[in-house]
Amino acid sequence: MIKTGAQILWECLEQQGVTTVFGYPGGAILPAYDALKYSNIHHVLVRHEQGATHMADGYARASGRVGVAVATSGPGATNMVTGIATAMLDSSPIVCITGQVGSKLIGSDAFQETDITGVTLPITKHNYLVTHASEVARTISEAFYVASSGRPGPVLVDITKDAQQSTCEFDGKPVAPQLPGYRPDLSPTPTEYKQALELIHSAKRPVILAGHGIILSGAMDEVRQFAERNNIPVGLTLLGLGAFPASHPLNLGMMGMHGEAWLNTTIQEADLLIAFGMRFDDRVTGSLKTYAPNAKKIHIEIDRAEVNKNVKVDVALVGDLKAILRELLPKLKSQERREWLAYIDRLKGDVAVRDIQNLPDNGHLYAAHVINDIWRQTLGSDTVIVTDVGQHQMWEAQYFKHEHPRTLITSGGLGTMGFALPAAIGVKAARPEAEVWAVVGDGGFQMTMSEMATMVQENLKVNIAIINNGYLGMVRQWQEFFYDRNYEATPLLSPNFVKLADAYGIRAVAVTQRSEVVPTVEMTRKHKGPVLIDFQVEQEDSVYPMVAAGAALHEMIRRPNPLEETAADA
Amino acid sequence: MLNTFVVYVENKPGVLTRVASLFRRRAFNIDSLTVGRTEKPEVSRMTIVVDADRDEALRVEANLYKLVNVTYVENITGKSSISRDLAMIKVSATHGTRSDVLELANVFRARVVDVGPETLTLEITGPEAKIDTMLEVLRPYGILEMVRTGVVAMRRGGLKTDEAAVTAAPETGAGTAAADDNVSYSV
Repeated sequence: MIKTGAQILWECLEQQGVTTVFGYPGGAILPAYDALKYSNIHHVLVRHEQGATHMADGYARASGRVGVAVATSGPGATNMVTGIATAMLDSSPIVCITGQVGSKLIGSDAFQETDITGVTLPITKHNYLVTHASEVARTISEAFYVASSGRPGPVLVDITKDAQQSTCEFDGKPVAPQLPGYRPDLSPTPTEYKQALELIHSAKRPVILAGHGIILSGAMDEVRQFAERNNIPVGLTLLGLGAFPASHPLNLGMMGMHGEAWLNTTIQEADLLIAFGMRFDDRVTGSLKTYAPNAKKIHIEIDRAEVNKNVKVDVALVGDLKAILRELLPKLKSQERREWLAYIDRLKGDVAVRDIQNLPDNGHLYAAHVINDIWRQTLGSDTVIVTDVGQHQMWEAQYFKHEHPRTLITSGGLGTMGFALPAAIGVKAARPEAEVWAVVGDGGFQMTMSEMATMVQENLKVNIAIINNGYLGMVRQWQEFFYDRNYEATPLLSPNFVKLADAYGIRAVAVTQRSEVVPTVEMTRKHKGPVLIDFQVEQEDSVYPMVAAGAALHEMIRRPNPLEETAADA
Repeated sequence: MLNTFVVYVENKPGVLTRVASLFRRRAFNIDSLTVGRTEKPEVSRMTIVVDADRDEALRVEANLYKLVNVTYVENITGKSSISRDLAMIKVSATHGTRSDVLELANVFRARVVDVGPETLTLEITGPEAKIDTMLEVLRPYGILEMVRTGVVAMRRGGLKTDEAAVTAAPETGAGTAAADDNVSYSV
């Protein structure tokens, strides 16, 4: 049958299992939007193209399926850049489809022309410029394959207006990707397996560093068996939270800059680090010179380019984590490691454990209390928390205990403010049965709060918890610690969020006392539609512990004595 | 140290940009980059010389592999291979110096490709070091203009470069490189 490129586009998306796309129309993508009438795909109209990419990202991270965002050429496409970079750094499979000016106009600086494949070259896993209808089917097939296989990532497909309008024969059959240079299926050699097992079996003080790769590979069960069989404690990266149950006795919590003190110390004193699908980010390692100085390192990682990038390792097993663990498990001996585990238990007890009970109960509202209360209230339910970046994100990571994968969705690598609300909308679109909370700061929320309209238009219930401290909190904290409390450009005036939400038709309430938190969360959960809660928390609270940028991992700034803090507050 | 990579890429628009962008993005230092056609019309071949230590060279290789349009990468540094650079050198050659320059050209087996009233233009092909040496020797006479193509390189022996290593597991840098036996040492 003869079809237009636009018709083929939607048909191919349907073949890929796409049911929802997030987008914003415009001149160069209009033929595609016109052809939407032939398709069953649901289009979510966003308020800004950045929102579309974050929604696609949230959709992908919540479901494991590829998320799709659509925009027009020029400004529509450039507005996607932040969302694409976010997906790139967090290995999230999204496909962005952009309209482009007619192929004859390319290079002429035509109206709304941007070289978006050039712009996004370093922030996409791969990208395409499509100039004829006959290229659409194969390109979409390749884009989805590249986005979702190996180490996932964003792929952009730029389709010229004439490619959408021109026609070609299309029989509706799926077209196989033709990618001779793309080999995502690497696997380790028998020698490498043997070396890894030898290191593990001879280690006295091993620790597993569990990352996002576990979730992407679906290797939760294997990791758990591995840790239990050999009694190896497990520390998690921010994006790894949920990959290993928080309540498991071997779970040591989150590592790194704002990680658990005992875990950071454990890593520094370990004689073997076993990294599962993580990339030794600087927020995880602190100073590389002093990082785990006595430890041998095993790196199990799907992306060969990550091996020896930051931390030099002794054995690298490159390939799919699940497959590699399945290979290792039958040969893994059972070991007790009583002494090592008892030592870590003492570390937990010895250090001033950062416990929520240590926070002064002086009537002030602390973000940690808010997040911990939301966790307790939603315990046992199918709840997904989506955060921005900053203090609220770290408090979430510390005080919300994630038992299951894909229950924390957060911008880790890029640290994108404004991510949470649109990503949460994407999560809700992917998993309508889940309870979805966007936990955001007052700063980040104002970057993409226009997406509240999208949420209302789509009739999606996303609960918004604004951790409102009147500052760009994490930046303020750095100014407090490292810039002599010179609060330059961090005090933040916000609108009345309750009135604002009201204007969008969203129920909203402000909370200033701890006693109001639980009843408000209960009301929010019961209410049929979305609810916005403006938690007006302690203004100058900081996230502890903290490893200063460039400091050794065990050199942590601890929370000052809570009693003194109470006295100062009074 | 200088590492020489042989890189096969799909012959498609924009592939050179992707490779160049990668080097810029990861702050790898390109010494020279050449690209041209191969025996297969759908494949182009690059020879990239990079200033990198061993770890960095492994990262260059791994990152090149990540590019979807790159079909094959091999670091041929230290492996038995032939590498050639071509230079055209315009040298000042007056009555007094012309014969000296010609003699030097002869010694280096360079060809005279153009003669002007006050100049000689020489063409020389060879390993980079040979050309460097010739330039040094010619410098006192006055080098008016010089252009070099950058290095092209090829493994020695019966197997084609991409076949030679396709069966070997990609190196991660954690282990040691596989022994290199399928080579002959003819010139």
